[in-house]
Parts: sequence; structure tokens; C-alpha cells
Amino acid sequence: MHLHKYEKIWLVFGIGSLVLFLAVLGVAAFAFGHQPPSHMAKVDSQNLDQDVAFSEPGVTQINDNTYQARIIAQAFSYKPSRIEVPVGSTVYFEITSADVVHSFTIPETNINFMVTPGHVNMAEHTFNEPGEYLVICNEYCGTGHHHMQMRIEVTE
Amino acid sequence: MNQSNLAINSLNDSDNNINVLVDPKDRKLSMVHMYVAFVAFIIGVFGGLLQGLARGGMIELPSWLGYYQILTAHGVLLALVFTTFFIYGFFFAGMGKTHGAFSNRLRKIGWAGYITMLAGTIITTIMILLNEASVLYTFYVPLQAHSLFYVGLTLVIVGSWIASAALLTHYFKWKKANPGKPTPLFGFMTTATLILWIVAGLGVATSVLYQILPWALGLTDEVNVLLTRTLFWYFGHPLVYFWIMPAYMIWYVVIPKVIGGRLFSSSLARLAFILFLLFSIPVGFHHQLMESGISELWKFIQTVLTFVVVVPSLLTAFSIFATFEQTAREKGGKGIIGWIKTLPWGDVRFFAPFMGMLAFIPAGAGGIINASFQLNAVVHNTLWVVGHFHLTVGTTVLLTFFGAAYWLIPALTGRRFTKHANRCGIVQTWLWMIGMFFMSGAMHLLGLFGAPRRTAYATYGDHPQALQWFEGIFASHITVAIGGVILTAAGVLMFYNFIYLAFRAPKGNTEFPITPDPDDTPHIPAFLENWKLWIGIVILLIIFAYTIPVYEMIVDAPPGSPPFNFLIR
Repeated sequence: MHLHKYEKIWLVFGIGSLVLFLAVLGVAAFAFGHQPPSHMAKVDSQNLDQDVAFSEPGVTQINDNTYQARIIAQAFSYKPSRIEVPVGSTVYFEITSADVVHSFTIPETNINFMVTPGHVNMAEHTFNEPGEYLVICNEYCGTGHHHMQMRIEVTE
Repeated sequence: MNQSNLAINSLNDSDNNINVLVDPKDRKLSMVHMYVAFVAFIIGVFGGLLQGLARGGMIELPSWLGYYQILTAHGVLLALVFTTFFIYGFFFAGMGKTHGAFSNRLRKIGWAGYITMLAGTIITTIMILLNEASVLYTFYVPLQAHSLFYVGLTLVIVGSWIASAALLTHYFKWKKANPGKPTPLFGFMTTATLILWIVAGLGVATSVLYQILPWALGLTDEVNVLLTRTLFWYFGHPLVYFWIMPAYMIWYVVIPKVIGGRLFSSSLARLAFILFLLFSIPVGFHHQLMESGISELWKFIQTVLTFVVVVPSLLTAFSIFATFEQTAREKGGKGIIGWIKTLPWGDVRFFAPFMGMLAFIPAGAGGIINASFQLNAVVHNTLWVVGHFHLTVGTTVLLTFFGAAYWLIPALTGRRFTKHANRCGIVQTWLWMIGMFFMSGAMHLLGLFGAPRRTAYATYGDHPQALQWFEGIFASHITVAIGGVILTAAGVLMFYNFIYLAFRAPKGNTEFPITPDPDDTPHIPAFLENWKLWIGIVILLIIFAYTIPVYEMIVDAPPGSPPFNFLIR
């Protein structure tokens, strides 16, 4: 099979770019720990009230400025529907679903992941600006999907 | 051997082409696919219009019509029904043209496939209209539609397999009757596309028949949610290549003839299609990067494989533009880019697919961004993604298919492709591009600002972040709606073009353009035609990419999910 000289240049440039992109992604992921949310913990989605972690969802302080927020997504709300943390806190979100597939999304942040029933998904975010943050569900979950939201109050 | 890139004696050549008509019985089989495709298209277009206006808050839908119901119809009718029926119609016509008339037995199998697909489409559409299936075209469980919705989808897939059996048998009969000869490019590419479709369809068929249907019928209580999603995306990504590959076929096989030249290289074209076949399946996790239950390592492995499938697109871009330049230069085109003027810009058979190719430049770049592992968090499930696939399938594939329809429909109905049809086609293409610029452009930007996809009109309690999605100068739901209105006008014009070419244009002959064999045809390496080898490698790649994570999903599954069918009504 004959490859034209220009085609070789084109392919070397193209494949070289792809290798470079992949290397950037790989180093960010495996050397710096910027992984996509891929938590492996499991729960019984139909009996969350008996679950050790999710029977009482809400915010717990871990240390000075670190918090853990356990939240249940359900059609068409989050439980709890409002949480409050001081500015500068790092929050570890642990989210699960009580019914269908949802998402947990804070627009214009990197917090945007799927919440599938039976699984717990998590991600962390540091809130450096005070204000009332909007959380929405961006996975279709039924007729009231566009009403599904909660707030994170980041106080001074 | 003829070293020229031009089809010498083009007059005789095209006469010759007109003489090799597709058998009238095969034309009829092909044409019935086109009727379904374009009826689905026009209904789907109006679904899109209502969505755009409702989402922008410009109209309120009547109480008997749900936003998500229209969204389901729009996705199913355009992404599944229009594409699948058009592609099979195109395959039957092209295989009849390049490999001779179908035998009566094979044609009957083709009809059986068509009727099965049509029955499935009608059942599915009725269920959507009855609001029993507003689960969107991805039908993620544990939202549950009426069991007949799943039955209908299964029939569409099974019908397409029956039709594939007729097409593949026709190809292999030709191969047997012509031992040692390279197969016509059209048949080679059809075969690669159909093998991809069958192997991919096994995933969604398994999920529907063994998991979802028994659960929807009440035979099982629970469903393994993560496994259904994984099997769906095992199918869902090759699905997009099932759309793209026939569009590439038109670029490789048809366009060179339309511009009066011949394809640059046959081997490279075949190599590109083999690479699509190999690498478009073991990559489904890049649609699931943001979900739990699949480890980072397996997601990354499939991300790497996803990037590999960019290579045949690079090959294609080179081949097509090399064909353009060689043809233009032999016709007297000069200068580094001055030769571009020589291309037939006034011929919609070239112009529409060319605009589709242009759209693929930002579309492909956007695709690489989407597949970029942790970066996906920025765009996942936002309007960015919707903007992306309205460029890929909604512009590149559709404009290419439209560009083919202008000659294919009259060739099938024994009519002439007239100047009037050409003019309407050029206007249609411009309208489509302008509408898409506004709609897809605004969707991309809104996505970066976090606006969710698949969501009805909502201001989230007038939260400032949500309000800005309506207030941007360009990045606004209003821009999306304006683009949608322009696209609807373009869609109506396309439907008119279809009706005109199918029923109104003057009787006569229209050329079915197929490129003369590229110069390297006698030197095609034999291994490229070794289908057993390629299917073997496909299976090995799938086993490699999926066995361990799927095993974990099954063995280490959490308690399953009961049905939630009350949430969709």
C-alpha cells in the first residue's frame, strides 16, 4: 500500500497530536490525580433509610475547613435541599440515588457527575467565593426533571 | 493503465453509467425506505422546532403534549428512523448498481427486513404519541416505558439484521463469482458498515431482550442499571459510526465522480473503513466517564481506543482533499489554493456534502474534547453535547445524505434532476448551515456556561446563573430557538425537494455517480479483504476492553432497581 509523502506528514502530525493529547490526559489523571468521578461503593437504593451512610443525609465537618456532604438525589429534588458551608471550605460530595438516574451538577464548576441507583459517586470542590450556588440535575429523570435543584450557601 | 485522475471520456462514461441502471425491482425496494425516511424526517423537524421554542420560553406547549414526549420523538425519528431507513435504501440502490440486480430470493429477504423495521417503527411511534414512552431515545432504566416501545425498537434492530443478511449475501455471492478480483469499493464499504452494525446491535439487543423487556413485562422485579447503560453505549458509539460511514462512502465513492475525477486511492479508503470497524466499538465508556461503578483504568483504556478511531477520519480528510486537488489541477486549476475555484460549487450534489465536510472540522475537534477523560466533566450532559451532535450527525451526515438524495431519488423514480431542484438544493444547504450556525453555536456556548441538555424551560427559581442562559447576546436559548426556526424552514424545503424529485420532476434518467476505479485498484493488498481476520480482531478488541469491567458489574452488582414508570407521565 503506497502512502504519499504528504499523507505521511499529515498522519505523523495528526497521530502525534493525538499521542500528545493522551499523554496530557494520562499524566493529569495518574500523576496528579485528576480522575473522572468513578467511585466504586454500592448501596441498596430502595433501602437507603437503613443505610449507615445515607440514613441521615447532610453535612458533617471533618476538620477545620473540610466537610463531607452526603446527599440523596430523588425525583425531583435533593435531600437535603440546602446545605451551608463557610467560604474557603473543601467539600467532599457523596451522592446516591433513591430511584432513577440523576446527576449532581454545579454549573460552571468541575462538579458534574452521574448519580446511578445502587452506586455512590463522589467529587470534591473548594468554594473560594461566597454566595448561593445552584445545583441542578442534568440527566433526564421524568416529567419534573427541570424542577430538580438544590442550593449550597457559602457564607462569609 | 490510465494514469489520469480524470475520468477520461466522461461523456461516454456517464452514458455508460446511465445505461447501468439499478434493476427496477431493486429501485422500488430502495425507494420505499426513502418514503419512511423523509416522513420521519419532517415530523422530527417539527418536533425540534417545538422544543426550541418551548425551551426558550417563547411558547407554552399544550397540556396534552409533553416536552419530553416531543424530545423522545425528535431523537427517535431523526437519529434512529431517518438515518437507518436512508442508509438501507442507499445500500440497496448502491449494491444493485455496483454488484448487479438482487436475486428474487435475496430481494424478498430485503423486503422482509424492511417490513419488520417499518412495523417496529410504527409500534414505537404510537407508544411515543400515546405518552407511554417518554424515556428519550437512550431509554435509560429504571425509568420504564410501555413494553411495546421496547418490542418496537427490537423489531427495528432485527429488521435491519434481516436486510443486512440480503446485502451481505449479495456481496459475498459477487466475491465468489469473481475470485481473486478486488471487490467494488461500494460493496466493501457496505460490508464493513454492516458488520459494525450487527456486532454493535448485539449489545443493545442483549440488553433489551434479556434485561429490559422481561422487567417491563413484570417477569423480573429488578434490573441491573449499570449493565444496561454499558450495553447501550457498547451499541451507542458504533451507532454514530453507522451514520458516519455511509456519509464517508458518499465522499469516497460518489463525490469524485460528481466533480469529474476519480478517487485518489482505493487501498487507503479500504484501510480507513477497516479501522472504523475495529476501533469504533470498544470505546463506549467515553459516554460513561462521569459515572460510578467503572474504574478509572478501564475508562482510560477506552479513552485511548477512542482516540485511535480519529486516525481513519484523518485518512479520509486527506484522501478526499487529495481527490479534490488532483481533479481540479487536471482541469486546469492553478495556485496553492486557487484550484479550489475549479470545483463545481454550483452543483448541490457536491456543494451540500462539501458543507457537511466543513462542519466536520469543528465537530471532530469538539468530539476530541468530549472524549478527553477528566475534561468531560466540563461539558458532560450540557447543551455543548447537543451542539456537538447537531454538527456531526445533524450537519455532516445529513447534508451528505441530502446531497445524495438529489441524484438518488430521481435515479430511483426515473426522473430528472433539474436545474430547479439544484437551485432549491443550494438554498436548502445555505439555510441549513445558517440555522445550524446559530443553533449549534449557541448550544456549544450555553453548554460551557453549564446549561443542561434534555431539560424543559426552567429558570430554577430565577437563579442568576440560570437566567444568564436566556440573557446572553449570542449564548442564549433565544438564539437556539432562532436557529431552530431557520432549520425548520430548511427542513420544509428539503421535504419539498424530496416530494418534487419523487413525484413532480420530469420523467427521464439521472446519473447514479460512482467513481471509476482508482489507479491502485489492481494492487490492493489481499489482507484488506480478509473479513475473517477483521472480525476476529474486532472480537478480541471487544473482549479486551469489556470483559473485566462487565464481569465486575455483574458479579459485584448492587441490589437492582424496580421499575419507575409513573415518573414519565
